[in-house]
Amino acid sequence: MAESIPTQPSDPHADDHHHEEQSFVSKYLLSTDHKVIGMQYMFTGMAMALIGGFMAYAFRMQLAFPGVEVPLWGVVTPANYTALVTNHGAIMIFWVAMPVLIAAFGNYLIPLMVGCDDMVFPKINRLSYQIFLLSAIVLISSYFVDGGGFGGAWTTYPPLSAKAEYNLTPMGASIFIGAVGLEFVAFLLGGINFITTAMNARAPGMKLYDIPMVIWMIVIASILFMVSVGPLLAGAIMLLFDQQLGTAFYDPNRGGDPVLWQHLFWFFGHPEVYVVLLPAIGITAEIITVFSRKKLFAYRTVLNTAIGTGVLSFCVWAHHQFISGIDPRMAHVFTLTTLLISIPIAEMMFVYIATLYGGAIRLATPMLWALAFIFEFLIGGVTGIFLGASGADIYLHDTYFVLAHFHYTFFPIAIIGTFAGVTYWFPKMFGKMMSDRLGKIHFWGTIIPFNFIFIPLFFLGAGGQHRRIYDFQNFPALAGEGMQDLRILATTSLLVMLGFQLVFFYNFITSLMKGKAAGKNPWKANTLEWTAESPPPHGNWKELPTVYRGPYEYSVPGREKDYWPQDEPN
Amino acid sequence: MSAGLSSGSNDGLEPIDRTAKRPVVANGILGMMLFILTEVMLFAGLVSAFTIAKSAAPVWPPPGQPRLPIEATAFNSVVLFASAVALLFAHRAFHKGDRESMRRPMWLALGLGSFFVIFQGFEWVTLLSEGLTMTSSTYGAFFYLIVGIHALHAFGAIALLARANHRLQQGWLTPGLFGAAEMFWFFVVGVWPVIYLVVYL
Repeated sequence: MAESIPTQPSDPHADDHHHEEQSFVSKYLLSTDHKVIGMQYMFTGMAMALIGGFMAYAFRMQLAFPGVEVPLWGVVTPANYTALVTNHGAIMIFWVAMPVLIAAFGNYLIPLMVGCDDMVFPKINRLSYQIFLLSAIVLISSYFVDGGGFGGAWTTYPPLSAKAEYNLTPMGASIFIGAVGLEFVAFLLGGINFITTAMNARAPGMKLYDIPMVIWMIVIASILFMVSVGPLLAGAIMLLFDQQLGTAFYDPNRGGDPVLWQHLFWFFGHPEVYVVLLPAIGITAEIITVFSRKKLFAYRTVLNTAIGTGVLSFCVWAHHQFISGIDPRMAHVFTLTTLLISIPIAEMMFVYIATLYGGAIRLATPMLWALAFIFEFLIGGVTGIFLGASGADIYLHDTYFVLAHFHYTFFPIAIIGTFAGVTYWFPKMFGKMMSDRLGKIHFWGTIIPFNFIFIPLFFLGAGGQHRRIYDFQNFPALAGEGMQDLRILATTSLLVMLGFQLVFFYNFITSLMKGKAAGKNPWKANTLEWTAESPPPHGNWKELPTVYRGPYEYSVPGREKDYWPQDEPN
Repeated sequence: MSAGLSSGSNDGLEPIDRTAKRPVVANGILGMMLFILTEVMLFAGLVSAFTIAKSAAPVWPPPGQPRLPIEATAFNSVVLFASAVALLFAHRAFHKGDRESMRRPMWLALGLGSFFVIFQGFEWVTLLSEGLTMTSSTYGAFFYLIVGIHALHAFGAIALLARANHRLQQGWLTPGLFGAAEMFWFFVVGVWPVIYLVVYL
């Protein structure tokens, strides 16, 4: 299936599938193997998650204990604070959620689940990771240039982001935009690969409705990304020109329009939520069916709903701009579309609950994560309805209510979704079982503190606490004992949650070294990746599989086994 | 019910054709289509940003700024279309398998395309000397931004076409490369009238 880059057909057998002996560098650093690239994305994403988590720790300490000397960081100055908040947001979305959920799982799973030996364009795939790594390095380098890292929020609204005299980071602001731009190029290359592979390289017999849901979701997410990223790239070029060449695209004094950026940004920014949400929903679908031994309820409905959600997600962006001076009549339209989009998402949640109903549920670690995803995302979705209504949003805009809301969406997506996927596919990735007991300790040690971080923030936000304040002691209405106690509770919970991540890393490493051998199919699942060796060799199968049925034939009446792998003739 | 899209919950009794099929769209073409989808959205973003700036301005184009050369660019647009027509002839020859009669339209398409870009370059030099720059007004900024990004795409597409042409001379031009190159060039040509209508007129 592998074929060279279209612009370079000079080497028709460009992939190196037939090399058996490879040096460390060519095997792990310059590999075109989709599994290795998936791992590279995953480990880079995890490393960035540690950086992003550390940033959250530093600025949360400042909020709970203003002016304190934060261990491992020092005193958080106002400039530090804004740069930390900005980069925490950007890193968690662009360098954690996207690389892990789309790129890592997409790379690892698509060829294995559709039954081919590699991505369609393996060299483009390798280039994609290299550009992504470069973008991460560029972003981190912005902390070490004159003026330090950019601190104008991850949404980079002009005029603050457009002029060095406002943001005081002449280099940092441009490096930030450059890094995000590079990251988009990386995902563009990845997305082309994902869609083309899933459409063109499927195993014989695998028809469109036999594709596992997680693959569909990654494909739809990639399409959403590709359609939405163009306007943002256009806007980013304009912003870069405003910063470096002195143009006035966003300068209202010279004929520009700052709200234009908000439109271009959120036209991308809102579909982006679904770009990362859909893969997490797909991962959940795989896990829930396997651990309740039931067929996915309404496969085609889920698929059509996901496509519908994708289309609708392009019609909601201005709900981020209700107080940016847009026409109130427009606000009505966007309120309507925003509330509409909760319907397909709610429907997917019902579908999952219907899948669970009457199943033989087994609460292994991946299943706990999948159930937690549904539960926690539900809170995120329901609080979004308040914010989608323009009337309520005028009060709640830019408060911690908004912050808590989107953490209740992004945390389930990026963190819970990732842990669900990692614990579920770990046996396939490394050939070893993870400890279920440690996995459950880590699960509860993450989920309980997570809720204790963000539920207090809902109350603080409803109480009027603004998002972008460095030290609440300067605001008598926000400095009261009760409010400060809630902040301390949130920060303490964060520390507890970060501490419990050590359990995960301990579990990861010890399982890798001396975990029980997993075998091909430890969860007794149907999809094709479980028919390959664990871990799958270069090229995945000696003989590529043939598909005979859909991916969710569990507990079929009249069969001895309660699962029916896709590649078994009967 | 599943109408051929799904093996569904087949009971294993019905025979299903399991032969591997050729994909509906070749890999290189599908990849290029997806890439062009992103590019279309990039230009859509640029053009809508321009439209917003234009509609918000009290007078457009801003007073004191040079006018864009509408007639000269109209001529240049015709050259660009001629290049696409030449490429269509190359396309027909290629799919007939007639590599010999493909050469001349390929060179013609390349030549006309290059002429378009060079002519644009001269236009820019003139406009710059007349005082239209990126910083003189949003009018100038948008002009150079949109036309410049289009020119960059034209450069890329010409390079890809030149590569295809080179392969043709060597005698092993693949359908994948030719298809991707011509698609990219048709995209560059196809997006130009939109830019001409919105930015110039």
